[in-house]
Amino acid sequence: MKKATKAPPRKTGRSRGRLQILLGAHTPGVALAKALRWTPQEVIEEVKRSQIKGRGGAGFPTGLEWEFAAKAGEKWDEVAQQQGNEKYIICNADEGEPGTFKDRVLLSEHPEKMFEGMAIAGYAIGSRKGFVYLRGEYYFLKERLEQTLADLRAKKLMGSRILGSRFDFDVEIRVGAGAYVCGEEFALIESMNGNRGEPRNKPPFPAERGYLDKPTVVNNVETLSYIPTIIEKGAAWFTRYGIEGSTGTKLFSVSGDVERPGVYEFELGIILRELLREVGGENAKAVQIGGASGINVAQKDFDKPISYQALPPSGSIIVFGQGRDMLTVLKNFMEFFCEESCGQCTPCREGSYQLLKGLHMIEEGKASMRYLRELELLCEVMRDSSKCGLGQTAPNPFQTIIRNFKDEIFYR
Amino acid sequence: MECRTEDVREKVARIVSKHGPGRAQLLPVLQDVMDEFGYLSGDVLIEVSRAMDISIGEIHGVASFYHFINTEKVGRYVVRLCKTISCEMQGKKKVEAAIEKELGIRFGGTTPDGLFTLQHTNCLGMCDQGPALMVNRAMFTRVSPERALQILDAYREGREP
Amino acid sequence: MNMRSKETITVTIDGAPLEVERGTTILKACEQSGIRIPTLCTHPDLSVAGVCRICLVEIEGQRTLQAACAYPIDRPMAIRTNTDRVRRARRVNLDLILSDHYGDCYTCFRNGNCELQSLAEEFGVDHYRFPHVEKKRFEIDAKSFSIVRDQDKCVHCKRCIRTCIDMQKVNVYETANKGHNVQIQVALNKSIADVICINCGQCLNRCPTGALTEQKVKDDVWADIENPDKIVIMQTAPSPRAAIGEEFGYPPGTSVTKKLNAALRRIGFDCIFDTNFAADLTIMEEGTELLERLHKVIVEKDPQVKIPMFTSCSPGWVKFCEHYYPDYIGHLSSCKSPQQMFGAVIKTWYAKKAKIDPAKMTVVALMPCSAKKFECNRPENMDASGYRDVDYGLTARELAKMIKEAGIHLRDMPDEEFDNPLGVGSGAGMIFGATGGVMEAALRTVYEMVTGRAVPFKGLNITPVRGMEAIREAAITIEKPLAQYRWLDGVTLKVAVAHGTANAKILMDRLVAGTLDYHFIEVMACPGGCLGGGGQPIPTSPEIRKARANAIYAEDAGLPYRKSHENPYIQTLYREFFKHPGSHLAHQLLHTYYTKRSRFFVK
Repeated sequence: MKKATKAPPRKTGRSRGRLQILLGAHTPGVALAKALRWTPQEVIEEVKRSQIKGRGGAGFPTGLEWEFAAKAGEKWDEVAQQQGNEKYIICNADEGEPGTFKDRVLLSEHPEKMFEGMAIAGYAIGSRKGFVYLRGEYYFLKERLEQTLADLRAKKLMGSRILGSRFDFDVEIRVGAGAYVCGEEFALIESMNGNRGEPRNKPPFPAERGYLDKPTVVNNVETLSYIPTIIEKGAAWFTRYGIEGSTGTKLFSVSGDVERPGVYEFELGIILRELLREVGGENAKAVQIGGASGINVAQKDFDKPISYQALPPSGSIIVFGQGRDMLTVLKNFMEFFCEESCGQCTPCREGSYQLLKGLHMIEEGKASMRYLRELELLCEVMRDSSKCGLGQTAPNPFQTIIRNFKDEIFYR
Repeated sequence: MECRTEDVREKVARIVSKHGPGRAQLLPVLQDVMDEFGYLSGDVLIEVSRAMDISIGEIHGVASFYHFINTEKVGRYVVRLCKTISCEMQGKKKVEAAIEKELGIRFGGTTPDGLFTLQHTNCLGMCDQGPALMVNRAMFTRVSPERALQILDAYREGREP
Repeated sequence: MNMRSKETITVTIDGAPLEVERGTTILKACEQSGIRIPTLCTHPDLSVAGVCRICLVEIEGQRTLQAACAYPIDRPMAIRTNTDRVRRARRVNLDLILSDHYGDCYTCFRNGNCELQSLAEEFGVDHYRFPHVEKKRFEIDAKSFSIVRDQDKCVHCKRCIRTCIDMQKVNVYETANKGHNVQIQVALNKSIADVICINCGQCLNRCPTGALTEQKVKDDVWADIENPDKIVIMQTAPSPRAAIGEEFGYPPGTSVTKKLNAALRRIGFDCIFDTNFAADLTIMEEGTELLERLHKVIVEKDPQVKIPMFTSCSPGWVKFCEHYYPDYIGHLSSCKSPQQMFGAVIKTWYAKKAKIDPAKMTVVALMPCSAKKFECNRPENMDASGYRDVDYGLTARELAKMIKEAGIHLRDMPDEEFDNPLGVGSGAGMIFGATGGVMEAALRTVYEMVTGRAVPFKGLNITPVRGMEAIREAAITIEKPLAQYRWLDGVTLKVAVAHGTANAKILMDRLVAGTLDYHFIEVMACPGGCLGGGGQPIPTSPEIRKARANAIYAEDAGLPYRKSHENPYIQTLYREFFKHPGSHLAHQLLHTYYTKRSRFFVK
């Protein structure tokens, strides 16, 4: 039924420039029909073999996450035993990371892929209901998405008895209301539960207890959009792209001081300098990779690859030209975190505020080197002790921009 | 727009019954409430509380978390200008100044005629085509200071911008 | 199924192995091992929050530190509670909380008993690491009779929210906004006096700092004590007497009644009476009322009369009923609480007997309760004597401060008695302080009134209504009643007891649905009953409340009179003044009425 796995993925990057795997044409239903001929376990195994990791930024192996959710309900937990059979697939379309707009492109131009990926995921874990949590800012895409769903239902690719099988699956669109933190999976689930978007304590994880306390898989738009291609062309084909530990291609949202901003598809493992050449930004002073919660990369590190093992591949690339003032950039990011933090835990709520305050002090020349060291300690503590990923990554721009541009910022 | 209490109760009841029971419907209900009433006034809050059997404190606490759920009165058109770094680098400050000058208010305020409320917002996901702003649910990109004024004029005259 | 859930897992904590039940939190596991983890937002009565990030521990193999209170052990793991990473994270988080905290300790009501202060001392904080708030940012909200809020001292632990929403289901507080603007506030940022707060003060007991304290009247009491024209009369309730010792180093569950009398006299109170006396009075009135209602329902079939009858001595419960179930306030007994009955009796019968002008009397009630401050100011007949029947409700915490301010060492006080004729209460009056106590006291009297025999329970201890379960019930079948109660022959009297307003809600929802089948129900707003009241010493926990209950029941067992109707001073009061329970004068002075309130706002 499936071809044997070919040679393992490469260890170093080799760029083939822009690709059209995700952004290319697609015949809806081919992958879904194929998946339905397999058992759910076989679908999960194929996704695991592709080694695809979450494309939203967390980078968790997707196949593994589906496996946990598929097995949930068999556990000892009393709550799980009362849960009944409901499980949920949630597509995280709450793209809010500064500089990220790749999901917007997928949602406008290739929504069928995402929906098909959701249906396949539903089949794999035993779920009949999916949601798209669409950020409020993208409300203008809702009508198109609803229309796509209607078309898919008409083609028996969504709804009851899909393609004549016994598999039912349908998707409801829920709209967010302006909260960056709701891109974090547990905050998203809390938001859907009708609460403030405050991430919950983990464990238990969403695959065990998520939306309405039922097993839930939360996947990014891009991740789900890859699934049909992986099923159709096979995991082995997918692993021919990218490098070991970071298989496949990735969408990159490129903005800032570049000649050709927009969404690009490259193999994972691409060297940053090569990417900059492709987009017309070779003379950059610095690049923010991974958005506000990502890291700042200066010229000396432009030869590093972008992968789950090196420069973080969440996909946001903001390029700063030679004339940009990095303190202004950093203040912009820290203001962002002060506003978007959910506010429940001490290190993130108070820590982001103190880091921003520290920047004001630096600007006014009122911060000593000794105090800067206290702020660096604060960054470590925020990383170590924040309740969710927002607080854990909020110190990233502070640490990396100051490390790269200490003279410019501190000795103004 | 002032409504009689019975009208408010009926309208809210209709919204709530459209979505079905359960706490998980709170955000969809509040979003429909925004469409119907513009903001979550005290009267409306009481009716949502009554219809959904959730305390007013919890509803208000949830509402105040989300940027797009207005807990205070806003103008007919809420202009939300992106202030995150990519749009900032593409000239958002000039757009901001032009809008403030045109309407005679600062960001954060509402025009005396109740037509426009100006708010900043964070990354709208249009970083390759900034500066970007939203007016209610409509999205506008590559907004120059001139285009911004055109947009405001259109809304003032009740046209499509 | 059950066998699997008792599965044990072996973990190591700081190198030492420990076997725990699956699902045990790391915090509990450490407690079992005798390892102290500092905490702030966690509380034994409340749901897990995991927001303060003080109780951090390191788990081998995990990238980030974890909150011990929120991490359920689900597999073997190596836990470290005392590494450099852990210590510095706890310390920096504490520094962050301190940087946002405005208010000097020495002007704060919680000075000496504040969890933030204790943590700062434990961690050796000797300077502000981060820029610190220098100016007051928020106006103090002191409009309520019972609760005072100082937002500047809030540490965002959310205990008040978990108390009010999860535990008590009154829903007064909310978390508003997000980011650094996040605020723990009253719903819609109103004053707490303007929302449906029932004044139960459970939030006061659980707030770790001085952000939430009671409305303080002790300076007014001092002023009246110093005023030579005023006669200041103190009535003390059993619950504060069983707990106030905790403020002086006694272990929970030590009753200090007689030493307290000595202390009160040295402070300058002119007269000290025992609220247990008034509790006996309440039993006489309420027992009579119950029998009257039962007759109207069973014999006269009067549809206007409401059964079940609910007790009404808990002002927090009364306000809860008025806000959430206003159509059912007819079920509340018309009897005032013991405190209020006492005030009316003191300023009428006692004033005449002692030849004191009631206009010159100040009646102070030592209560475990914060809602009593609201109750004594209610307009509904709480000035039946022609004056405010009770002038001040004083919490146990306030009195403890007064004792310390007067330089009195409670431990060194001799044992002294109450004053008469209002200083003797029965054991039945004593046990009002524990959940189930009012019910037990009522049954001891009502059963004997109806049958002429004592309740058929060993030692008069009606154990089915005792204990800390959320809702308890009992049934007593009346056999061979006295002639005038023939109509009760064969009737099984069904009673229930609930504590905490969440459990009151369960019963009331069943009443609304028509499935509540009891004749008489005791409801206390506070978990544990009055001994867990909003004015009691801090901290509170299930163990502390149990210890206080044991003290109260033990004291009951040792008293000469165990039943309200046997109290000779009660008999005198009726003979000389009221004539009989439910008389016209009794209704004038000792009964009240209730007000329907909105379930949304006050204003």
